[in-house]
Amino acid sequence: MKYMLLIYNNPATYQSWTEAARDELFGEVDALMKELTESGELVGGEALADASTATTVRVRGGVTAATDGPFAEAKEQLAGYLTIDCESQQRAVEIAARWPDARYFAMEVRPVMNTAGTEI
Amino acid sequence: MRQLAPQVLGTLVRRYGNFELSEDAVQEALLAAAVQWPASGLPDNPRGWLITVASRRLLDQLRAESARRRREVTAAALEPGGDLAAPSPGGEPGGQRDDTLTLLLLCCHPALSPPSQVALTLRAVGGLTTAQIARAFLVPEPTMAQRISRAKQRIKATAEPFRRPAEPERTQRLRVVLDVLYLIFNEGYTATSGPDLHRVQLTTEAIRLAREVHRMLPDDGEVAGLLALMLLTDARRPARTRPDGALIPLAEQDRSRWDSGAIADGVRLITAAMARAPLGPFQLQAAIAAVHAEATRAEDTDWPQIAALYKVLAGISPGPVVTLNRAVAVAMADGPQAGLDLLATLDADERMTGHHRLDAVRAHLLEMAGQPAAAQAAYRRAALRTTSLPERRYLESRAARLRP
Repeated sequence: MKYMLLIYNNPATYQSWTEAARDELFGEVDALMKELTESGELVGGEALADASTATTVRVRGGVTAATDGPFAEAKEQLAGYLTIDCESQQRAVEIAARWPDARYFAMEVRPVMNTAGTEI
Repeated sequence: MRQLAPQVLGTLVRRYGNFELSEDAVQEALLAAAVQWPASGLPDNPRGWLITVASRRLLDQLRAESARRRREVTAAALEPGGDLAAPSPGGEPGGQRDDTLTLLLLCCHPALSPPSQVALTLRAVGGLTTAQIARAFLVPEPTMAQRISRAKQRIKATAEPFRRPAEPERTQRLRVVLDVLYLIFNEGYTATSGPDLHRVQLTTEAIRLAREVHRMLPDDGEVAGLLALMLLTDARRPARTRPDGALIPLAEQDRSRWDSGAIADGVRLITAAMARAPLGPFQLQAAIAAVHAEATRAEDTDWPQIAALYKVLAGISPGPVVTLNRAVAVAMADGPQAGLDLLATLDADERMTGHHRLDAVRAHLLEMAGQPAAAQAAYRRAALRTTSLPERRYLESRAARLRP
């Protein structure tokens, strides 16, 4: 089963940290990525630029309105994601719990839809 | 050419005793053959050609490794016997067959997770490339390569000798092989359209491997049952989806599009197996598929017989999925309320909590029972819970069709 792990955090918090503390956090991420690559569970993932660089697009009555800023206004923003292919939701939750942002903010685990289907 | 893969690999492992490197060498030889044979023509002895090329690659690898370890290993010690260049044509047929089964048992080692068993079986026994397997499972090639190499390391760590395990272990391990082949089959069968097209190859591959195992073990009822089940299920594939990938339920399929040749094969296999072998879950599922296949129209289906077969299946191999399918058969044979009563026994089952299939079946039975409001609610709950796009589409359209 494929799962997307959505990473939520508040960049202001990390900005207030010392360089060493931030390096340690990145080190943790690198180690976990390496482990997931070696286990053959990592499918992909990207980090996103800060939410302040986002443009939200709406079309109403055929008119496009593009506004600066993210769709959901909150202190915690979607900072990136990783896609994994693992055996169970339980395993996906286990991986999410080891991602450092889970300790300070939150990770959201969502199953990815597939195109396989069984008729009744 | 891919049929030769397990025979060539078996010969190499037997000679050099290194499964991990032998498997890489065979894969390289197969790639070389794919490039050279179309240009230069098929060699007189394709199997001998592959063994020669794969052996050379393996010896190069072993030499490089021993050099790395700075160990004094003379090339002579690694030189294979004189039969390298010319294996006797058509020789050791028994040995070839043994190797395929031994390899299957090794690739489906219980120490591996099911996805690893599947990947390694397709590569080492099926002869598919890592790229093909990755495409079929919709993951990037490096992810699949990593999975395969990890599986091989784990097999190396078990240090299992390259021979068939003794009874009763052999029978238990063979069950795992059958489960892995069925898993491969279903990965391909449940594919619908578009991006899934590469997956259909998995169905063909699973049937090919099941046929191979059946040829080696013709008296094993469960092997015959699995092959029959695959043939009878796959026979419905042309009728189970619309061109856009939408699912068509069994009751609404155009049965003239079912593959009558595959049905005849499957029915013959399962009839013969059930007449002489002890019953098993694959045989019973094949028997159920055969009853469906023998009904020219959906309304001609012998539901009492299917319900009886499910009862036996629930006795020897109980589980929530069997109960779920049995509830449909019971509803068709004895009325929707009987089916709903059976479904109610699953409500307390933790394995089914939040599972969309329980709601999907309940929705169908409620619709049959003339309770459109409850049916609609159940279809919608199921649609929210499924992770399959075609199933969600189907469930939403069933919900929309109802007028409570």
